[in-house]
Amino acid sequence: MKKPIAGGSARVEVLAPPRTARRGGGGAWLENERLLAAMLLTPTVLLLGLFIAYPFVMGVWLALSSTSVGNVGEFVGLRNFQKAWDDSIFRTAFWNTTWYTAWATVFKLTLGMWLALLLNRNFRGKRLVRASMLLPFIVPTVLSTFAWRWMFDPTFSVLNWLLFRGGFITNKLPFLSDGAYGMWCAIAVNTWRGMPFFAITLLAGLQTINPDLHEAASLDGANGWHRFWKVTWPLLKPVTLVVVVFSIIQTFSDFQLIYVLTGGGPANSTHLIATYAYQVGVATGLLGEGAAISLFMLPVLFVVVWLQLRYLRRLET
Amino acid sequence: MVIERRWKKWVYFYIPLTLFVIGTLFPFYWMFITAIRPDAELYRSWRAVNNTPFWTLAPTLDHFKDLLAKTTFPQWLWNTFFIACASTAISLFCGLLAGYALARLKFPMAGALGTSIFVTYLVPPTLLFIPLADIIRSFALGNTPWALILTYPTFLIPFCTWLLMGYFKTIPKELEECARIDGATRFGAMLRIIFPIAVPGILSAGIFAFTLSWNEFIYALVFLSSPEKKTVPVGVVSELIRGDIYFWGQLMAGALLGSIPVALVYSFFVEYYVTGLTGSVKG
Repeated sequence: MKKPIAGGSARVEVLAPPRTARRGGGGAWLENERLLAAMLLTPTVLLLGLFIAYPFVMGVWLALSSTSVGNVGEFVGLRNFQKAWDDSIFRTAFWNTTWYTAWATVFKLTLGMWLALLLNRNFRGKRLVRASMLLPFIVPTVLSTFAWRWMFDPTFSVLNWLLFRGGFITNKLPFLSDGAYGMWCAIAVNTWRGMPFFAITLLAGLQTINPDLHEAASLDGANGWHRFWKVTWPLLKPVTLVVVVFSIIQTFSDFQLIYVLTGGGPANSTHLIATYAYQVGVATGLLGEGAAISLFMLPVLFVVVWLQLRYLRRLET
Repeated sequence: MVIERRWKKWVYFYIPLTLFVIGTLFPFYWMFITAIRPDAELYRSWRAVNNTPFWTLAPTLDHFKDLLAKTTFPQWLWNTFFIACASTAISLFCGLLAGYALARLKFPMAGALGTSIFVTYLVPPTLLFIPLADIIRSFALGNTPWALILTYPTFLIPFCTWLLMGYFKTIPKELEECARIDGATRFGAMLRIIFPIAVPGILSAGIFAFTLSWNEFIYALVFLSSPEKKTVPVGVVSELIRGDIYFWGQLMAGALLGSIPVALVYSFFVEYYVTGLTGSVKG
């Protein structure tokens, strides 16, 4: 925020008149920066306090109690967390969440970067292609995931049909009726949905890179691969880091995709932390245990947010 | 310019780009073709010789008619639209004021407040939905649109504030100072000078917030219970699957109709949306 000294001194002169004028006029309270700031921030602080900070505190309390629907529980310490940790379904869900986040992020980054590099060229219909690439990100996840579920249907899957006609398989692949296949299907759908976000943000980053740098590098004999790793990648790193952090948070806390695609099945083998928390906390009504399960997301989110804040602070100074 | 040979351009550019386009758009095509395909063709074995999965010779609107006759789909559309507009309006109002305060005013705790608003931006709804459901119930907001109109801003305000704060910082301070020399109050200068200049930023934030609220699922799933109060995503999930039976034709018709409004809004404001999207991570 600091400006050069010359500009600063000029600003003091400009600012002087309203300060003297203020003494005479009414409405002086609007001139007081602190009061005005307090007034402007009140609605935001109220809403966020009421629906984020308060539920968070409530959530911690619930997680430490034996509350269920229609039954005010009592304090039970860390028993809910202990119970979740000993629960094999929870462990599967935790492991699935990590696996899902890791692979989906890798795929989204790789494909998103590739698409961004393709879109960074000039070609006819570029605006139309770019606009249509974002469609998976715009359309409600639940609705597009239904289309995928139908494409993975056990009896009528078009993908099985394609693979069969292409001569790749002789028997149907159990897309969603097998836990391991199911997780990979979910990763594929998540990649399909999230990749445009990577592509468009990275494209915005690419467009800020001076083409002269590539010119110079290719005059020095660097090929496309080298130019990417030596010129593009170092300059894109800051944007990439932020996008990856956002994506990790969203993927790690994902709910709707699994809820629609597999519902956690077959035999609870594809649950994520959020879908399992929903099953225990809402569908079964064990609010305390459900709240404890969803709080297991917190350490991971905390680390990611902390990294992000450190990075932002570095940018601001 | 880096000059390329023709075959190289095909291998490295046209073919991959075409594959990306097909991969991205195929599910939407599939949604469409399923929605207009008669049931007899829909449930034909995938090994049948006369199976033509990629087109249909007997397109029908039956699924759309069934959808409109057997469910309250138009009501869901209206609910989603109303909730998305109201929560976007609330978020823009809060975000404008807060963004201005954080970008321009000097007050104690400004840094800490800015940071904590940013942190709430990163809190996912799935972390809070269980206690929040309890709170909604104790405020007697359960099963009303207000449960969503008041909770959606929790993930929209931080984003709007962040985006608009960045936008305000790009507007030169001198503009405001000129207005104040002419006798405008600080508040007046904000209202009449800064906000009009920020209209593109407001539009970006608004479009992005609208698509996010149209997309929201878990709060709507947990807070609403009667069929006629639901939003499109929740209605499609809970009313079009009866028992274990999926009505795929109607489901795809619903998915298509539920996607079109938000896709239309997006297509009119692509540039603003992209600004919002890239701004959402840069600030």
